[in-house]
Amino acid sequence: MGLHAYLVVSALLFSMGIVCLVTRRNAVAVLMGVELMLNSANLNFVAFARFGRVGQAGLAIDGQMFAIFSIVVAAAEVAVALALVLNIYRNIRTIDVDEADTLKG
Amino acid sequence: METSIATYALILLLPFVGFVVQMFVGKRLPRGGDWLVLTAIAVPLVLSLGVFFRALGGGAFTEGPFVWNVSDWLRTASLAPTGWTLAVGIQVDNVTAMMLVVVAGCSSLIFLFSTGYMAGHPRYSRFFGYLSLFAFSMLLLVLGNNLLVLYVGWELVGLSSYLLIGFLFEERVVPPDINPSAASKKAFIVNRVGDVGFFLGILTIFLVTGKLGYAEVFASVSGGAFGQNTWLLTLAGILLFCGAIGKSAQFPLHVWLPDAMAGPTPVSALIHAATMVAAGVYMVGRLFPLFTPDALLVIAYVGAITAFFAASIALVMTDIKRVLAYSTVSQLGYMIFGLGVGAYSAGLFHLMTHAFFKALLFLASGSVIHATHHALHHAHLEWNPDTGENDAQDMRNMGGLWKAMPVTFVTMAMATLAISGVPFTSGFLSKDMILGGAYAFGFIQHPQHFLIPLLGFLAAGMTAFYMFRLLFMTFLGKPAKGEEFGHHAHESPWNMTVPLVGLAAFTLWFWYNLDPTTLVGYGWVGRFLAKPATLVGSSEASEMVLSHATHEAHLPGMLLSLLFAGGGIALAWWKHTNGTVSLEAWRLSGSRLYRLLANKYYVDEFYQETVIVLTMTVSRISGWFDAVIIDGIVNGAASVQVAFSWVSGKIDKFGVDGLVNLLADFVRTTGDEVRQMQTGRIQNYLVFAVMGVIVLFLVIR
Repeated sequence: MGLHAYLVVSALLFSMGIVCLVTRRNAVAVLMGVELMLNSANLNFVAFARFGRVGQAGLAIDGQMFAIFSIVVAAAEVAVALALVLNIYRNIRTIDVDEADTLKG
Repeated sequence: METSIATYALILLLPFVGFVVQMFVGKRLPRGGDWLVLTAIAVPLVLSLGVFFRALGGGAFTEGPFVWNVSDWLRTASLAPTGWTLAVGIQVDNVTAMMLVVVAGCSSLIFLFSTGYMAGHPRYSRFFGYLSLFAFSMLLLVLGNNLLVLYVGWELVGLSSYLLIGFLFEERVVPPDINPSAASKKAFIVNRVGDVGFFLGILTIFLVTGKLGYAEVFASVSGGAFGQNTWLLTLAGILLFCGAIGKSAQFPLHVWLPDAMAGPTPVSALIHAATMVAAGVYMVGRLFPLFTPDALLVIAYVGAITAFFAASIALVMTDIKRVLAYSTVSQLGYMIFGLGVGAYSAGLFHLMTHAFFKALLFLASGSVIHATHHALHHAHLEWNPDTGENDAQDMRNMGGLWKAMPVTFVTMAMATLAISGVPFTSGFLSKDMILGGAYAFGFIQHPQHFLIPLLGFLAAGMTAFYMFRLLFMTFLGKPAKGEEFGHHAHESPWNMTVPLVGLAAFTLWFWYNLDPTTLVGYGWVGRFLAKPATLVGSSEASEMVLSHATHEAHLPGMLLSLLFAGGGIALAWWKHTNGTVSLEAWRLSGSRLYRLLANKYYVDEFYQETVIVLTMTVSRISGWFDAVIIDGIVNGAASVQVAFSWVSGKIDKFGVDGLVNLLADFVRTTGDEVRQMQTGRIQNYLVFAVMGVIVLFLVIR
């Protein structure tokens, strides 16, 4: 099983994330979509790190490092995003993203 | 001589100061400021008398007149190369000295009279302001040493005359049936007609000689400035005389003077009898050397016709002031034809004597009117302007006043004797000189001009008749309005009678000539007012012939004038004794001659039908032209402009605004379309972003 399989899984995961992000009306579900997309990117990092060409010497764990870093960032991002959702809820008493269209032109 | 410019400046400027002060603060002064004006004319009178007696006794001006010029007046570089000079100044010689005394003397007495006559009038102080303006203007007129100052004074007296004729402007009509404001306009406009001629005459003189000063003009003319063009000098003389025709009310411009009687009686006395109307005579006398024999002949004819014509109208007038007005016109005619026939001294002499006795006649008539008005009022006979009933100026309403008003009666009788030319009066001396001159001119020198003396003598007879008719109708007989009226008539107050007595003194002969018959000589007048030599068209020989003829004419002239005057007086007395002196019977007989005279030869009607109708027609045509052609052009231009503006507006509205709006519409429509994408939903944006990424991916690959 080579790099290709990982990339396919990653692409599927990303696509599902996108679809979830675009179609779900619940803000929390939308955030879940974002997590899916982030994880597909993490999967790519790890996959490329395992199969991709690396430097001549030393241990090549750049991809894994980035994946872990990105997971940490995602955690922070979720914290901020949930705070946003909470504030949206406080303001308009719903977390349906279709209702939050104050920026409509 | 010790008289300096300061004397003349005082004489001239005091009345002006009086005028200015009266105009601005007169109302607030005690007694309306009349004392101030009286002082401002009395001081000039004293100074004038000083000048006069120095000239008479000391011969102050025998070596030439006193001349003083305003230095640096209008010295312009543009005039220098033409050789023209404009100077302004004063000149005093014997004629001026006499005029100063006449003007200041009459003014002083009449101002005093006015304090009584105008007492209680709401514009009392303004009246004295106007009188002061008149005195200033008249003094300026006689003191000037050139034609320009003469003209300025000439117009200023015209202005003050206008202001004073219309002084009672709030009255719709005053006796005898005159509208004061219309009368003042008439006087002003008729005078304009003459003044245009006067101005053209001055311009002619100025254009030919380049000078305006009397002495300079005379020097230039005798130096041959007109060359062979004597006709031009004659024309200039006649044009200058036009001014006198207007100002001195000569035929055919006499029509304003009778209407000028709408002014208060002191005004009639001062301006329209004694002084202003004599300005024309003064002017002819002052410019006498300029007039050619032809011009003088015109002057003589105009004067003689006027004298006769006005005297004949005065025969039938019933209004006391109108009789005197026509008498003034007639006497001015005397002066003018006296000058015209070459009796220079006589013309100016008559100016002086006439000023005194005519002022007296007017003031006395004012006194009579004052009393009649009062008496009619107390007899409950009010004036009715529509029917003319109970008119205080109508002599038919008077009669028998001599008992009530002895001072007025005696003084007026003296003036009547003087104007009729009865011996021992001033009028006899001056009129006799004029008629003697006319006799010499018309019956001896130029038999073809016999009409001039003939008209003169006839006018003298008529003068005697109408003046005595006036006297008899006013003072003798029975009071026309009954005994009650007679009881209410009374003498005027002292400030009205004193001027009468003062003026009456000057109707006596001895002031002018100790010999009342003039058989021995003309007294000081002939010497004092010596005739200046004519500059053109006169030779030593003809002067000799004239003086010889005058000498020869003297006795027959005097006898004839006495005969005519005596005839007139006798006729008046005879008519008085049989009770027909008022000529009522003649009026009621419907005689054509009476109607001709009573309608003043229809001169006013003639002007109405010709000059006024013509003027109105021309005005109407001009009005039509203005309303139709000029306004049409203007309105047409306006319409074109409006149409052009309409098109321009449309272009602006649909062209320029259209483009702008189109752009705006485009922007709005586009904006409306594009804003649809701005849904505010984050997911839509994501879809776009994803699709964008996909497109980018496809493109880049």
